[in-house]
Amino acid sequence: MKSFLKSCSAIVLATNVAALPVAAEMVTEIGAGEGQLNIVAWPGYIERGETMAEFDWVTKFEDATGCKVNVKTANTSDEMVALMNEGGFDLVTASGDASLRMVAGKRVQPINISLIPSWDTIDDRLKQAPWHYVDGKNYGVPYMWGPNVLMYNTEIFGDQPPTSWNVVFEPMNLPDGKPNEGRVQAYDGPIHIADAALYLMTHKPELGIVSPYELNQDQYNAALDLLRQQRKLVGRYWHDAFIQIDDFKNEGMAASGSWPFQVNLLQGDNAPIASVIPQEGVTGWADTTMMHVDSENPNCAYMWFEHTLSSNLMSDLSVWFGANPAVPAACTDGRGMQTAEGCTKNGMDDFEKVRFWTTPVTKCESQGECVPYYRWVSDYIGVIGGR
Amino acid sequence: MAEAALHTAPTLAGRASDLLWRRQGLLILLLILPPALWLGIIYLGSLFALLAQSFFSIDEFSGLINYEFTLSTYAELFRPSNLDIIIRTVVMASAVTIAAAIIGFPVAYYAARYARGRWKALFYLGVMLPLWSSYLVKVYSWKLILAKEGIVSWLFETLGLTWLLEAYLSLPILGGNSLSVSWTGTFLVFLYVWIPFMILPIQAALERVPVSMLEASGDLGANPGQTFRHVLLPLALPGVVAGSIFTFSLTLGDYIIPQIVGTSARMIGQAVYQFQGTAGNIPLAAAFAVVPILIMGVYLYVARRMGAFNAL
Repeated sequence: MKSFLKSCSAIVLATNVAALPVAAEMVTEIGAGEGQLNIVAWPGYIERGETMAEFDWVTKFEDATGCKVNVKTANTSDEMVALMNEGGFDLVTASGDASLRMVAGKRVQPINISLIPSWDTIDDRLKQAPWHYVDGKNYGVPYMWGPNVLMYNTEIFGDQPPTSWNVVFEPMNLPDGKPNEGRVQAYDGPIHIADAALYLMTHKPELGIVSPYELNQDQYNAALDLLRQQRKLVGRYWHDAFIQIDDFKNEGMAASGSWPFQVNLLQGDNAPIASVIPQEGVTGWADTTMMHVDSENPNCAYMWFEHTLSSNLMSDLSVWFGANPAVPAACTDGRGMQTAEGCTKNGMDDFEKVRFWTTPVTKCESQGECVPYYRWVSDYIGVIGGR
Repeated sequence: MAEAALHTAPTLAGRASDLLWRRQGLLILLLILPPALWLGIIYLGSLFALLAQSFFSIDEFSGLINYEFTLSTYAELFRPSNLDIIIRTVVMASAVTIAAAIIGFPVAYYAARYARGRWKALFYLGVMLPLWSSYLVKVYSWKLILAKEGIVSWLFETLGLTWLLEAYLSLPILGGNSLSVSWTGTFLVFLYVWIPFMILPIQAALERVPVSMLEASGDLGANPGQTFRHVLLPLALPGVVAGSIFTFSLTLGDYIIPQIVGTSARMIGQAVYQFQGTAGNIPLAAAFAVVPILIMGVYLYVARRMGAFNAL
């Protein structure tokens, strides 16, 4: 009996070893579903009608394919990378500041786009976006994107809505005659340094910033100086979307960088809130569904890819999250609740003005050597601490 | 030969039982081994893993972790912005602890000496109730209470004292745009959240102080102040110290309250969270995590000398 068990485990081991290199290759055909699918996702990204009944884009998929969807939510890009490094998941909805790290770390596999019938419906500008298209290979299927807009209080700004990010960076009087000090907010994440750099691209062109995510030491120092000036204006940095909503309701906040998500929720509450894409442009995020290199349920994963593109998912998620679908038709063809106006509100028409989040790395394309992300983190902590 | 009949061949279980009877130390060892292993592996093991991480460093250029022994990560703790974080946190923890002792003592005294029957039950309920509701809910509601358009501002306005609040908020460091974005706000929320941990040990200590001693003090001509200073406080001090261990260490490690209420300037817990979670700078996060351990080590040593653990 013992030797039987031994040989069994040997066979299992052997098949596992044999299966590994195969899994690392691109999938060439879709077989029957494996019965389940494990996804790492942003909170609110994969809804099955449990939060609100009308927002459900999982149940139908499960019924049609027999693939039970298990979701593990992650709150930061770094958590996502860590979870994917651990393994045991099939898919991840990775933002641009995580996706390339996973490609470089070989945690995700190239996607065979010929197996996804609706691939052609994807926004042309996203099909080969640099945050998932590497060395001629697609490492994922575009999911959602959105801009970081300038949200403002319409009662304070009256008939002079802000047109520039200067209201959150420079000390000034707002249209209601009172100073902006203490009445503006900024994002409590190091990636906000990119917003400062973006502002400097317009206002200090002599610095020669090409991309807000690729800064040499001088450009970086200039951005930090701007942020130190901003620190004097900001009472509290925003970290959690719902706290920011509360701050705009109860703290008399006038303006802040924000997501369409907060704008939609506040407007839904009839708060005097509007948002604008200022003349300097905006930063933004674009997420991609990527597939783990050792995915155990590749068939279900490919069925999910197709599902994200062809079902009500993108349309309804776009309403739910205040984001834009990777498939433009989802705004208009009535597959879900989203409408053309809704997409416009979420910033669908402003794609060109958006500088999408990418991880700052030392070896940057535009100028050889840039300040890497981990220094952004420690320096931003210093700036917020008043240094 | 009756004696021989009694000496039947001992079974295995019997022999084991005999052995344990003769060597009681072995029995204790056997009983204690599993929990000791558990503690050793799960608790100390993770602690040492953490310690080990703090002796690595992050490569300045690639951002990858360099697995070689170095003290450079600890040196980084002494950079001004990091030192700020440590000082800020220790000052806050001390302030919260002192304030909690000052407020908690009379409350505990009343509960220990005067509250009886139903009132005592009500008191316990009052102190414990905040611990039953979710920590996050409490912090969020405090954010609303302290907000610019919140209850506190409204109260000051109704009393015509807005100028007083404004004057206070214009103070450097303590003030801010509103209470909820000021250090005062962070302090108040910490105080509220941790005060039950101060009241309960003090109360336990006070209940052990015999009333006769206070009466004797009075009989010998001490005024209430002297009785408090020379009799009551020294006897209750272990309770105060025990409570302060809780309030101090809990404030030292918390990372949620300063994120929701306050100026966004980091405290140690947030720094650990951010260096580990978003920067991938695990060595520095580990070094930061060692700081409260060291501070608490010193604190506990002093507390033990003061007899704090007799009251636990």
